[in-house]
Amino acid sequence: MSWFAENGLLVGLALLDGLSYAAAVFMVAVGLNLVFGVMRVLNVAHGSLYAIGGYAAASLGLFVASLGAPPWAGLPVLLAAAVLVGALLGPLIERLLLRRMQDQEPVLQLLVTFALFMILEDLQKLAFGVQPVVFDAPLKWLGTVDVPFGADAIPFTAYQLYVLPGVALATLAILAVVLRYTLVGRMVVAVTVDREAARAMGIDAAKVTLLTFTAGAALAALGGALAAPTVSLVPGVGASTIVLSFAVVATAGLGQIEGAAVAALLIGLGRSFAVYVAPEFEVVVPYAIMVTVLLFRPQGLFGVAETRRI
Amino acid sequence: MSRRAETLLALAGAALVVGLAYAVPWLRFVLTIALAKGLAVLGILLLLRAGQVSFGHALYLALAAYAVAFGTAVVPEALLLVPAAGLLAGLVGLVIGLFVVRYREIFFGMLNLALSMVFYSVLEKFYAITHGADGIRLGPVTFLGLPLAGETAEWTVLGLALVLVLGFGALVRVALASPWGEALAGIKTRETRLDFMGVSPRRVLLIAYVASAVMAGCGGALIALTTRHVTPALAYWTTSGELVFIAILGGAGSVLGPFLGAAAYELTRVYAAALVANAWQAVLGIVLLCVIVFAPGGLWGLIARRRRAA
Repeated sequence: MSWFAENGLLVGLALLDGLSYAAAVFMVAVGLNLVFGVMRVLNVAHGSLYAIGGYAAASLGLFVASLGAPPWAGLPVLLAAAVLVGALLGPLIERLLLRRMQDQEPVLQLLVTFALFMILEDLQKLAFGVQPVVFDAPLKWLGTVDVPFGADAIPFTAYQLYVLPGVALATLAILAVVLRYTLVGRMVVAVTVDREAARAMGIDAAKVTLLTFTAGAALAALGGALAAPTVSLVPGVGASTIVLSFAVVATAGLGQIEGAAVAALLIGLGRSFAVYVAPEFEVVVPYAIMVTVLLFRPQGLFGVAETRRI
Repeated sequence: MSRRAETLLALAGAALVVGLAYAVPWLRFVLTIALAKGLAVLGILLLLRAGQVSFGHALYLALAAYAVAFGTAVVPEALLLVPAAGLLAGLVGLVIGLFVVRYREIFFGMLNLALSMVFYSVLEKFYAITHGADGIRLGPVTFLGLPLAGETAEWTVLGLALVLVLGFGALVRVALASPWGEALAGIKTRETRLDFMGVSPRRVLLIAYVASAVMAGCGGALIALTTRHVTPALAYWTTSGELVFIAILGGAGSVLGPFLGAAAYELTRVYAAALVANAWQAVLGIVLLCVIVFAPGGLWGLIARRRRAA
């Protein structure tokens, strides 16, 4: 018990940190998962969309602030940047590139997204420079909250406490409702489960794919935009994000929305505890969790094992 | 293409490498790196035959490179260091392979990715041993007891690379034509059928995996001897992506493909970096896209098609 008395605050801080971190990771991973479900391609460039969303939000935010906009304007700017990136790049990539490749071998499709990642990575450096970009106006505007934890209180930024997890939860709820109860959502599920059968039922699979990819791109960009006030953006942020969301997706099982939330939470909390307990292993923990899960459940936590065909 | 034609082409290629390295001294470094990477890609090619993509073979490359770097302090003999590093990579590959060959497609790719990222962070975080992102310099190296330095060193490593490449190339060529090679391709077509014939797909894939680890290890050892400085970047997932990139660029149809691809890749990189210093990665991405769209069989596919037409 004495350990807890001494380190209780750290545990609380790690919990809060992990929660806000998991929220950002979830936004990226759930988009990746949706896109994989419909296209059967693991989009390596998904991390670049996260980075571009972050950069676009920060640049737009700094620009709006320089015009003398009030500090609350930062939040809608973050959203607007994400929608902009998703709506512009999503259809562009899907239409011009991925659609042409859909009859190719899976390896080649994967490599197409890798090529795209390489191109976007450099374009992002050319467009936004290599200096770290910091835009923390929304973070400062919302201030900090004292979170009661046992007898103590932990000061934590309201942005990370309410906005990040709030948006993630809202995204989860909206996705769950849309996928289950609306016609568009059920069409997405149908294409995910069996593209051929869905097309035979008269579903326009190409349209569904375009829609899903755009939504996934917007979610990645939103994840980047939301995380932008809490981190300083540097080149390479896309590369490290994508491997983390791969880990989340593989842990969750493919095509699982709620599973992605659970896996993001597991990995987010695991990582933030590692930061406080053993910082050397911070980067290792997500993969350790993933390997452990796959050891016991090869199809991921919530994945469904595929039947073997002869 | 007949075995004899391929042998002749391989020998002609080796002669061309020696000729170029003699005529254009700065190409010696580039060509040695290309041969070393090509060796690692040859292993990727084996896995591609089985329809599996590893996004983590940089692990074996970096493992062997660091083994050589640390090894120079104990035994400076290149003829001992390279086989030892390859053997070490093979042993680690066997342990990891026993686990990962139970998985297919994206789970296979992701597990490899995860393990290589774990190794990457170990290299980066344990500063006391690995000097983190600074990397470590190799000590003096000898060849048959004679100290290696300057031009002699360059020629010796190039020669060593050529011997290894020709040896492994011939071995893989023979192995792919054997029943084992046919079974390997069977994993891609329909694995269950192999089971029905009493062939264990896991064992077939495990052999390919260990062989690929050994080849990646030898490649990594050669890279360490050429650059004389090793950094954790060798283990980052983008290095693994690069290996898969080269495999597709060269074409998976022949054992000559990886080396053709590696030479093209390194030369493109050198020239792109000289011409557009900030966008060489984007240039490579565009090259990769063009290859996938216009020549899905890779550079080797182009040559083979021309020969068939003639």
